[in-house]
Amino acid sequence: MRKLTTFLVLIALSVCVAAADEARRPLRVGLTPAFLHDQHRLLTYWRSHMELTLGRNVEFVVRDSYSETMDLLRLEKLDFAWICDYPYLRLKREVRLLAVPVYRGKPLYRSYIIVPATDNRSKSLDDLRGTVFAFADPYSNTGYLYPRYALTKRSADPNAFFGRTFFTWSHRGVVEAVATGLAQGGAVDSYVWDALAELRPELTGRTRIVERSPEFGFPPLVAHRSVSDADFRAMQRMLLDMPSSPHGAEILRQFRLDGFVEGSPKLYDGVAAMMRAFGEQ
Amino acid sequence: MKFFFDLSYRYKIPIWGSVLIIVPAFMVSALLITSAYDDLKHEVIAGSENLARTLSRSLFGAMLHDDVWRAFQLVRSPLPRAGQGDAITMENLIVLDTNRRVYVSTAPADFPMLAEFAALGDEFRAVATRLDEAKQDEPLIVELPSSDRIYIMTPIAEDEARMGTLVLVHTKESFRSRFHAIAQRALFTTALILAVLLPINWYWARRTVVPLTQLADRAGQVAYRVPEDLAPEIYNYQDELGRLYQAFGLMIKALRDKERLEKEMIQSERLAAVGRLSAGIAHEINNPLAGMLVALDNFKRRGGADERTLKTASMIERGLTQIKETVAAMMVEARSASRNVSAQDMGDVQTLVAADARKKSVRLVFEGSPVDPIALPATPVRQILINLLLNAIQASDPGGEVACAIALDAGSLRIEIVNGGKPLPPERVEHLFEPFAGRSESGHGLGLWVTYQIAAQLGGRIQVESAHGLTHFVVTLPTGALA
Repeated sequence: MRKLTTFLVLIALSVCVAAADEARRPLRVGLTPAFLHDQHRLLTYWRSHMELTLGRNVEFVVRDSYSETMDLLRLEKLDFAWICDYPYLRLKREVRLLAVPVYRGKPLYRSYIIVPATDNRSKSLDDLRGTVFAFADPYSNTGYLYPRYALTKRSADPNAFFGRTFFTWSHRGVVEAVATGLAQGGAVDSYVWDALAELRPELTGRTRIVERSPEFGFPPLVAHRSVSDADFRAMQRMLLDMPSSPHGAEILRQFRLDGFVEGSPKLYDGVAAMMRAFGEQ
Repeated sequence: MKFFFDLSYRYKIPIWGSVLIIVPAFMVSALLITSAYDDLKHEVIAGSENLARTLSRSLFGAMLHDDVWRAFQLVRSPLPRAGQGDAITMENLIVLDTNRRVYVSTAPADFPMLAEFAALGDEFRAVATRLDEAKQDEPLIVELPSSDRIYIMTPIAEDEARMGTLVLVHTKESFRSRFHAIAQRALFTTALILAVLLPINWYWARRTVVPLTQLADRAGQVAYRVPEDLAPEIYNYQDELGRLYQAFGLMIKALRDKERLEKEMIQSERLAAVGRLSAGIAHEINNPLAGMLVALDNFKRRGGADERTLKTASMIERGLTQIKETVAAMMVEARSASRNVSAQDMGDVQTLVAADARKKSVRLVFEGSPVDPIALPATPVRQILINLLLNAIQASDPGGEVACAIALDAGSLRIEIVNGGKPLPPERVEHLFEPFAGRSESGHGLGLWVTYQIAAQLGGRIQVESAHGLTHFVVTLPTGALA
């Protein structure tokens, strides 16, 4: 009897320890090139803001391509992630919408088709037939899905329209590829291009926007469905409250965002339609 | 060419020395500069080869995955950022695919993606023909004679699978600027060395040449006259030149002594001839003269002559007496038997000339009066002393000094008489001992001639030297056995 009691106590203790472990485990947040994810000082600042607000350790997991972050989400190696709208729809079964950034008053952004500034001839995507074209990432909406969709809408075959295409694995890379003349055209996230126009005007100055897409839902922050409601709500609250704290407001200012809203999956219906056009989903 | 060899050493040695300094200095610096250029080129190529090897390995992966962007970032990374102008910079890195089309390059504007490499220009067409020569891990270096670029080509391959070729393009311009800096430094150093060596060369050459030219000048004079003395301070070292210099100096001295001896010998021979002639004439005159005087004397003693005739006879007698005195003065007879000269004779001489000295306020200084009798006849020695002393007193300025030193050494008596009067010009010295040479109001000019004849008859000689405001008469008389 005594032995049994001891055994039960031990089990109870180990459960407690496990629970404590669970509480101590850092929250893992995946970051992608959906924004300028190489602003390391700003990220450090944001992480400590999160840790202070949540009272939890937070770990940022930075990957240079969408697919890697998507894989980590699928494998439950991440709790949260800031991903592009297109991967969000691809991962809809595994993740749920956490928050949508508000950019220039709206949770929306668009795709820019850019050409080198030296090219003063091209007026739209149509003029780039046979050229070398830079895409951001095969899982990017504005940097891949939209320009291809736009071509199909103009009865062109996106696989044969360009002379050669390549991926730069980031929106900044697209701007650089076009600015250096490596590519004669590229598709880039409007949020990234606008931010670069402020941070590196000499880079964006060597490019020219020839076409702007319709607006799409902004790359959202998502939570894996395995994340507990408590953690989900805590994280969401933290994001929504950022504008009201001085630190949070400063971080948002540096991200060039107005804040976060809860958002609705409906925001991404336009993207879903484009995906359907390519036979996805 | 002969013109150069005919040049004076004054120019030839410094020019030759300068040529020997300048030519090697520039040859060495040219050699250094050339080797620096080669080293630099080698360094650039070696560095590029390493880079090419490393880069081609990374590029293989990127091209295998057809990742243009990664390939672009790889080739872009070794290019220096702006502001690192000092580094050896590459002009371009170009990645070609297996179809020899541009895969990526660091200058997409000049080498756009998909462009045919050979179609980019004549130079590239020539380079493209050699693309296949590039072996793995052994980059191929191509330098076209017409081009300013160096191409380093490396296959992008692994295990026989070739993805393309990496071409590194260097402009020679990029290391030429660094080379210019090295060359400039080398030339500056050379100039600095020359600035030190050339003046040393000129100075040393001058030191050698000045005595040489002087020697040559003096040697050229030897044929015509005894050359002037060499300036001894010009070259007083003991090397060959110094010894030559000293030997030449001794030769000049010997020549001068010889010339002086010759002159003296000619003079004494001339004087001896004159002496013999005058003595002969004097004897010839003396005999009839004595007869004539005796005849006149008899004539006067006989009487009977009128007043006028007696007056004429008396006039003839006075004339003949004058001739007799003159002739007597010319008939120097030193060999007559006489007693030996003694200290007393010296005292007598002093007393005899003292009156003349006083009259002219000339101070007389005597030294070294001999104590023992000397084996020389007293009369001619006294005559020599008196003649020379009176002569000296006469030549002295009032208030001046006449010194007489008498010394006896190894078989000869040496008498030196010095006065500080007007110096004798050399042309007078030459004819000083000739009869009537010193004719003046005060004498018949036979005194010195007589003195010379006496000294000559005694086997001695007289030398005169007039220099530095003093006139020396030195008489040397060999002594014989005491009489």
